Amino acid sequence: MPVTPRIATEDARDIVPASTPMERIRNFCIIAHIDHGKSTLADRMLQLTGVVDARAMRAQYLDRMDIERERGITVKSQAVRMPWQVDGVNYALNMIDTPGHVDFTYEVSRSLAACEGAILLVDAAQGIEAQTLANLYLAMENDLPIIPVLNKIDLPAADPEKYAAELAQLVGVDPSEVLRVSGKTGAGVEELLDHVVRTLPEPVGEIDAPCRAMIFDSVYDTYRGVVTYVRVIDGRMTPREKIVMMSTGAQHELLEIGVISPEPIPTKGLGPGEVGYLITGVKDVRQSKVGDTVTAAVRGATEALAGYADPKPMVYSGLFPIDGSDYPILRDALDKLKLNDAALNYEPETSTALGFGFRVGFLGLLHLEIVRERLEREFNLDLISTAPSVVYQVTMEDGTEVEVMNPSDFPTGKVREIREPVSRGTIIVPSEFVGTVMELCQTKRGSLQGMDYLSEERVELRYQLPLAEIVFDFFDQLKSRTKGYASLDYDVSGEQAADLVKVDMLLQGEPVDAFSAIVHRDKAYHYGVEMAGKLKNLIPRQQFEVPIQAAIGSRIIARENIRALRKDVLSKCYGGDISRKRKLLEKQKEGKKRMKNIGSVEVPQEAFIAALSSDGEGAAKEGKKK
Amino acid sequence: MSAPTPSADAPAVHVPGPRDLSVYIHVPFCAVRCGYCDFNTYTATELGGGGSQAEYASHAMREMDLTLADDAAAGHVYEQVGTVFFGGGTPTLLPADDLVALLAHLRSLIPLAPGAEVTTEANPDSVTPQSLRRLAEGGITRVSFGMQSAVPAVLATLGRTHDPERVPLAVQWAKEAGLDVSLDLIYGTPGERLEDVVTSVRSALACEVDHISAYSLIIEGNTAMARQVRRGELPEPDGDDMADKYEAIDDLLEAAGLSWYEVSNFSRTPAHRSQHNLAYWRGRDWWGIGPGAHRHRDGLRAWNVKHPSRYARMLGEGVLPRQESERTSPEERALERIMLELRIRDGLDADQIAPHRRDMIDVHVRRGHLEADAAARGRLVLTRPGRLLADAVIRDLTD
Repeated sequence: MPVTPRIATEDARDIVPASTPMERIRNFCIIAHIDHGKSTLADRMLQLTGVVDARAMRAQYLDRMDIERERGITVKSQAVRMPWQVDGVNYALNMIDTPGHVDFTYEVSRSLAACEGAILLVDAAQGIEAQTLANLYLAMENDLPIIPVLNKIDLPAADPEKYAAELAQLVGVDPSEVLRVSGKTGAGVEELLDHVVRTLPEPVGEIDAPCRAMIFDSVYDTYRGVVTYVRVIDGRMTPREKIVMMSTGAQHELLEIGVISPEPIPTKGLGPGEVGYLITGVKDVRQSKVGDTVTAAVRGATEALAGYADPKPMVYSGLFPIDGSDYPILRDALDKLKLNDAALNYEPETSTALGFGFRVGFLGLLHLEIVRERLEREFNLDLISTAPSVVYQVTMEDGTEVEVMNPSDFPTGKVREIREPVSRGTIIVPSEFVGTVMELCQTKRGSLQGMDYLSEERVELRYQLPLAEIVFDFFDQLKSRTKGYASLDYDVSGEQAADLVKVDMLLQGEPVDAFSAIVHRDKAYHYGVEMAGKLKNLIPRQQFEVPIQAAIGSRIIARENIRALRKDVLSKCYGGDISRKRKLLEKQKEGKKRMKNIGSVEVPQEAFIAALSSDGEGAAKEGKKK
Repeated sequence: MSAPTPSADAPAVHVPGPRDLSVYIHVPFCAVRCGYCDFNTYTATELGGGGSQAEYASHAMREMDLTLADDAAAGHVYEQVGTVFFGGGTPTLLPADDLVALLAHLRSLIPLAPGAEVTTEANPDSVTPQSLRRLAEGGITRVSFGMQSAVPAVLATLGRTHDPERVPLAVQWAKEAGLDVSLDLIYGTPGERLEDVVTSVRSALACEVDHISAYSLIIEGNTAMARQVRRGELPEPDGDDMADKYEAIDDLLEAAGLSWYEVSNFSRTPAHRSQHNLAYWRGRDWWGIGPGAHRHRDGLRAWNVKHPSRYARMLGEGVLPRQESERTSPEERALERIMLELRIRDGLDADQIAPHRRDMIDVHVRRGHLEADAAARGRLVLTRPGRLLADAVIRDLTD
């Protein structure tokens, strides 16, 4: 599709980076659900504004990583500068691509803070989803003007009337004000860009104040080191000057400063209201933290911009290589991923059942799954992960406080109180499933906070739910009980004391660390019975009877028995069988060496993996688009 | 290692020494092929020219000549043949004169020890009083009948064609011809009940034989029965069921005066043990004559091409019909020795176990898998539960 841009590069002298007046700048982002077509729309905008020609266009230009392109989701945000002309006046549009998922709420909030407005993009055949709603609320809390847009209006299944009404009600506009586009055909996209220029406010900042820029993303590049994305609020930033990261006081020299359009282009600097990138030569994204304020080392600002927070892992899981000799590869791989993922943290963990691995902290289940998938794909590792666990605060009788990130580290001794993280969950569901979802939330210790009809058929439910229940198997169950129609968003909102206990699984009296769990007392029995049954079916019979017990402390709450194996002999052994039999024994002995020993019980690692994966699969399936 | 000493009233069987040769002669023919059988055997209709039954004996003799020459070239000269075993297939499908001629040819190459055990396998319905007499006259001393079961439904599942009524008759004829008799039983056939096993063992005992082998059915991957199990037409064999049946067999035989001397073999006295099979289990040398047959010579294991036509062709060209061979390493020989000797009642010298594995001896005595008294004397002898777990015990005792 040949497109003639409205504005040629040589005509854009009045919007040169570092000297574009603020009234000619529009900074916006697009809030959308995973597959509602955000990247396709962004591609179309790049083409219409002439920053990418059709020949160089590859689908979803902005999504760099393979996983992003395959799954159609954006993990890391970026910002693209695009020229656009309205009524004969040139403008510089900065499109800030926000992460689309719940786990990256903090990154989303920083992206939003870099914008003056947001496009709310919703699939005209599906309507809004819970995660989009959560990001929309976040944008509204930031007082961003919202441009409601229905995408994919070219689809036969599109129902723009219905979903325009839904969006209008959410945003508080008239249904006729909801724009309609097709990222695929390009229909309505020019009008949308015009609308951005006309309705979104220009940035506000102090031109002559000391420079302050907010980091909304930082990405590790193998060749350039860390590329830091900033939005300049006040003042100006120029090449070769010394800068300071205000949260740490660390100084760096600015090796390069520029804008993305859509490849990095060095500029003479960045002025107030502008969006671009910095390169300082640092090698670790932790030295360039999202939310931090960058200022000049000489005569810099004294007060940082508000809203900085350190990323805090909410979900922990043990990651173990299935082949124990891959441990060093896993360690190197995590070290590499860490360069580009400030939220990733890990420390070595040893498990009797699973060998050497790492206890890894994640922002949430999707973060876990993305990291795991990158480890498996980019580093060719086969991994097993233990059931995700949250962080518990334990107060002992003597008043000492213990933070428990791994059930097997649960303190022994008298416990006064255990507190667990709780989250605000938002669920959008067709009205016919409201009853079943309420029932599910009830069993997951949820308490209803509110309920709204988005339309006649779709309901928004707001629940307070323990985070541990969400990371266990909530999403799976929600999907299966609503035939896949429900969508969920959650964010951690605080903590609560709860009647929690640690359940250990014992094999012939020996605890199997990978299966210890912290659960609500009412569910301990259920967990014990289920896990004992599962292990009984997966662990092969031994030469002796093996009891499998679930225990709270020294109290046994459930028990199964693996009966002793009675026959393990090939009865026939003629002359011609000897070689074959010896080879079979040698093969069996190889298998025996790969067994994990729990006391004198030999368990094939596959049994542990199978026992873990039937729980863990849910999280694994979630983000994947088949 | 002590060889069993015959008691005064037992027949004077020759107990082969370490320098004796044993000879296995494989006769790869059957009237019909049984559904569970993965042995190298062919029905008459499956064979074309070159590998026919009629010419088999002459090919086998030719192989004996070549094998003797091969041994001589390698510096192995045997003073005498300690045991001979005709297996199959169904050796008695060959005319008795052929078997006798094969034995005579062997004796012309290497003398047969006085009192040497010469066994042939037989189907109860492939023998007559006359054929058995002819075998005895020709030097065969022992016949092992494939009885398998006395229950018609079980025989039908196994695809066996003989009438169970025929077994006592055949045993009677063999005894009248002066032959020692062994009966082979198979237990654990899909659909077989515990009482069927009891019936079969009682029928075997009623024949008043001095040797019984009882093998659990192994469903090998490439058999008709394996396909039936995969299709769900027959139930999967169950280890507990096998163990129950083995224990029942052991009880019944023991009560009738037949004791185990190897995991699957029972005899009335040490003198009734199968000397030929013991030679395998003691790591002796033997020839393997016939298509697919295995031989062993001082750590060299070699096996023949399987198809009778190819076998015949190679012999026609004057070369040993060898498919492949391997020379076992000292570690492999040590493992084989433990694996084989632990299965027999004489047991294994505890010194054969590597020092760092010897703590497992106590573990298995405690678990009731090894006889405590024997272990105290430095001899490892399996208990009955131990026999059923022999492979697991062997794995624990070796690296």
